[in-house]
Amino acid sequence: MTSGWKQPGSRVALAVLALLVVGALAAPLVAPYAFDAVDLANRRGAPSFSHWFGTDELGRDLLTRLLYGARVSLAVGFVSAAMSATIGVAIGAAAGYGSRWLDDALMRLTDAMLSIPRLPLLMIGGAILGPNVPLVIVLVGLVGWMETARVVRAEVQSIATRDFVLAARAMGATPVRVVVRHVLPGITGTVAVATTLAVGRGILLESALSFFGVGVQPPAASWGNMLYQAQTTMSTEPWLSVFPGAFIFVTVLCCQVIGDALAGDVVAA
Amino acid sequence: MRKFLIRRIVQSIPLLLVISVIIFALIHAAPGGPLTMYLDNPNVRPQDIERLRRAMGLDRPLPAQYVAWLAAFLKGDWGYSYADGRPVTVRVLERVPATLQLIATSTIGAVLIAFAVGIAAAARRGVDRIASPLAVAGISLPVFWLGLVLQLVFANALGWLPSSGRFSFGDGGVADRLAHLVLPATVLAVAHAAGWSRYLRASLREALAMPFTRGARARGVSERRILMHHALANALLAFATVVLLDASIMASGAVVTESVFAWPGVGSLFTEALAKRDYTVLMAFLMCASIAVVVVNLAADVAVHALDPRTRDVA
Repeated sequence: MTSGWKQPGSRVALAVLALLVVGALAAPLVAPYAFDAVDLANRRGAPSFSHWFGTDELGRDLLTRLLYGARVSLAVGFVSAAMSATIGVAIGAAAGYGSRWLDDALMRLTDAMLSIPRLPLLMIGGAILGPNVPLVIVLVGLVGWMETARVVRAEVQSIATRDFVLAARAMGATPVRVVVRHVLPGITGTVAVATTLAVGRGILLESALSFFGVGVQPPAASWGNMLYQAQTTMSTEPWLSVFPGAFIFVTVLCCQVIGDALAGDVVAA
Repeated sequence: MRKFLIRRIVQSIPLLLVISVIIFALIHAAPGGPLTMYLDNPNVRPQDIERLRRAMGLDRPLPAQYVAWLAAFLKGDWGYSYADGRPVTVRVLERVPATLQLIATSTIGAVLIAFAVGIAAAARRGVDRIASPLAVAGISLPVFWLGLVLQLVFANALGWLPSSGRFSFGDGGVADRLAHLVLPATVLAVAHAAGWSRYLRASLREALAMPFTRGARARGVSERRILMHHALANALLAFATVVLLDASIMASGAVVTESVFAWPGVGSLFTEALAKRDYTVLMAFLMCASIAVVVVNLAADVAVHALDPRTRDVA
């Protein structure tokens, strides 16, 4: 398999994602209107030159809200993926390098978490704990580490029998040092792929949680809760639900394409 | 075979126990425990809450509560719905047929699409150029948004199909029921077919690169037969496993799809219960869905073991 970056699609995906991140970070500077600017004369306005993506029921500019929503949605995606990667690497490395007993216990936990349907589990968590943005990030991070843990465990097990690891152990390196200095550097590619895919999945999970009213709550805006608020006016103001969904779709698509390109590199390496 | 089956069933018992502990812990993580909904109600006096707490055994230590809950759950006593006071068992079971109908239809549809697209993409570069990007797009689609957009286009704008429910009031003939099934089943099927076709294409390509296909080609076997016979036979087992291992994702997908289309299955029962914080129903749903996932995964293992002689010595 050749490097996935030779395909134009993966570079476009990277550029689009970078643009979204910059747009989200610089939202106060680039957004055409203020976040909560209400234009009562122009409520439920269809897309036009002054409001590219239309306005909502209070006359707020949809493009502006999408840019501010991007801050929340992207933050949930990136931070929860980083959290999942950390937990996944820790659990996977402990299971792959630790004792048989530890391995069994951790893998049983991983299997259990994989067997409980992710979205309903999150929805109950969100409903019980009373959702806000940090909590949504933590919840999504807590249910996304299993895939990483599994691949890390498998890689650690195969690397742990290699000569350079045996040499390090023979020289008296502690298990933690062996894992951190000698085993983990060999699996960064695999972890990067899993984490990129987890960013996309995190954004999807946030949107679904918010769509069911147990995720990010108004007045904060996320792509998911904009859809939640728009679903009752779907047939009269379709732009209010079409555009947030399109933003989610494009962002997740970019993560998927970048993840595939990275996976190509890992195989090629 | 029987020994393998028994061993796998025994192995899934600790797994199910871990699952039950996680679910039990989750419900009890609520600040007021399962009585949260009464705490916010000004009409319920503190002494009533205390009485309820004792009646429901919530004053006992957590491990004792867990054992009591698990024992009752296994006996089929899943408690009563806070929302309407009916037994949870009844509320869940009456919704199962609708969910099974939806999942069966969409899974069959998704497998057929995945077969057609996966095989065509593996055989023809031109098809692959279109099918592969489409599959990546399909994986990235938010399921509920796809549902909303299809509803908007086919139910609201064009008026070809009903937007929600399982049948029209006062109708309920076969054609009417099928019409109601089309949109939700399509949404679920698209979500799965994308991932599965990608997988089938990849494993067919892999099989086509193996020495035995070169051997077949050297013997003069037609390309068509190599693909449909030799490569497919090799890829099929892994494909079936992937389909069955996605049971957990199907359960999540069913919750979303059923809610968007007001399909009266277990998934929409879940979102109704979520809105009312009906914890007995939520807990029962999560337990049943997880058990179903474990059972389907077990079936996948057993099927592979039964069909593929290569796995037998390993097991």
